[in-house]
Amino acid sequence: MPDLGLEVLWKGKNLIRLLGGLGIALRISLVSVLISIGLGTLLGMVRRKEKGLPKVIMRLYLEFIRIMPQLVLLFLVYFGTTRSFGWDLSGETAAVIVFSLWGTAEMSDLVRGALNSIPVHQYESAEALGLWEKQIYRYVILPQAVRRLLPPAINLVTRMIKTTSLVLMIGVVEVLKVAQQIIEANRMSSPNAAFGVYLAVFVIYFCACWPVSLAAKKLERRWR
Amino acid sequence: MDWKFIAEYIPLYQEAAALTVKIGIAGIAAAIGTGLVCGMIGYYRVPVLGRIVSAYVELSRNTPLLIQLFFIYYGLPKIGIRTDAKACGMAGLAFLGGGYMAETFRSGIEAVDAIQEESACSLGLNKVQTIWYVILPQALAVSMPAFVANVIFLLKETSVFSAVSLMDLMFTAKDLIGIYYNTTESLFLLVIFYLLILLPVSVLGSILERRARYAGFGT
Repeated sequence: MPDLGLEVLWKGKNLIRLLGGLGIALRISLVSVLISIGLGTLLGMVRRKEKGLPKVIMRLYLEFIRIMPQLVLLFLVYFGTTRSFGWDLSGETAAVIVFSLWGTAEMSDLVRGALNSIPVHQYESAEALGLWEKQIYRYVILPQAVRRLLPPAINLVTRMIKTTSLVLMIGVVEVLKVAQQIIEANRMSSPNAAFGVYLAVFVIYFCACWPVSLAAKKLERRWR
Repeated sequence: MDWKFIAEYIPLYQEAAALTVKIGIAGIAAAIGTGLVCGMIGYYRVPVLGRIVSAYVELSRNTPLLIQLFFIYYGLPKIGIRTDAKACGMAGLAFLGGGYMAETFRSGIEAVDAIQEESACSLGLNKVQTIWYVILPQALAVSMPAFVANVIFLLKETSVFSAVSLMDLMFTAKDLIGIYYNTTESLFLLVIFYLLILLPVSVLGSILERRARYAGFGT
């Protein structure tokens, strides 16, 4: 059995430090998810009504965000805007800005899709039954739309968590960076640390994302 | 905006874009192959293999590509599996994409009515013919939107290749920023080149999607 470098994890506080890195990644994704859900829901509802120039601008924004790799967006905000506007952004703030922009775009799409998927006759029948607009949304449309919205929205959370691994590239100290530090520090005593530590990082990310996507799958199956 | 700088470094970006596209295509092709095989195994519930495949799908879908690449590129050599950066990029893309594609194909196959298989059987087609002529064409039409989304997603994911020192677009931009400090120009070129790669794919994807929809409903 070759030396797998797993013993490094138990040395000192290494495992705790890795989990601390995960904490930062989760904090970034949690903040971004909350902002995205709020703004995305609003935007999704507004987008059904708008016409003309605002629609075109909105469309361009959404397409640009969707088509650019998130890493490019991170670079644009972290290196690009700081340079052109002369402000000072920490890596974490830049990450939250980018992930919120991206998440809002995705979320607004999901909301719009969920609302559009409700057949028109649902509105018409509710109206025929004498419900007001508010009641129509409260009792007829929203319960159905939320069911369609929730599974993909939860999936968005896992995508967000996975994407936070990119913040390594703009100098935020998260799981991967901590892993690099640990490997570097133990270079002499356990040269194979890279295997064990990166394996641990792999497992840590899996443990963070898997329960969330399981929940999404379960909801989807139950509500079908 | 320093246009001379931009003109001077376009060839560098062209090279990097070619590399991104090359590894992207190879990786996505491998992912499609992996996905088809895994999707079939998942659908037919092959004993043992089915278990392994579903574990693989969960693993690949619930971990970021960056972590997978780090593990393949820096972790695996320690136990004797050494890969160069290009092979690593392709392997990572195939590993990640395989999981996504498998899910897509499986749900596509599941969407085909059982009656189709029974009818094919009563017409005297054997198992392979049934899959090839009856199930797959319909399944692919159903899974086309998700398939296109996967391809674009995987192409976008290639941006993290720079982390394993592949000289892709991201790497080039970062390098130029580091050397010349021409942040705006470098990032401008970066965005333009990604648009050049991704926009045509996205347009082609939506055309494909529309075609597949026609095929699905026979109009």
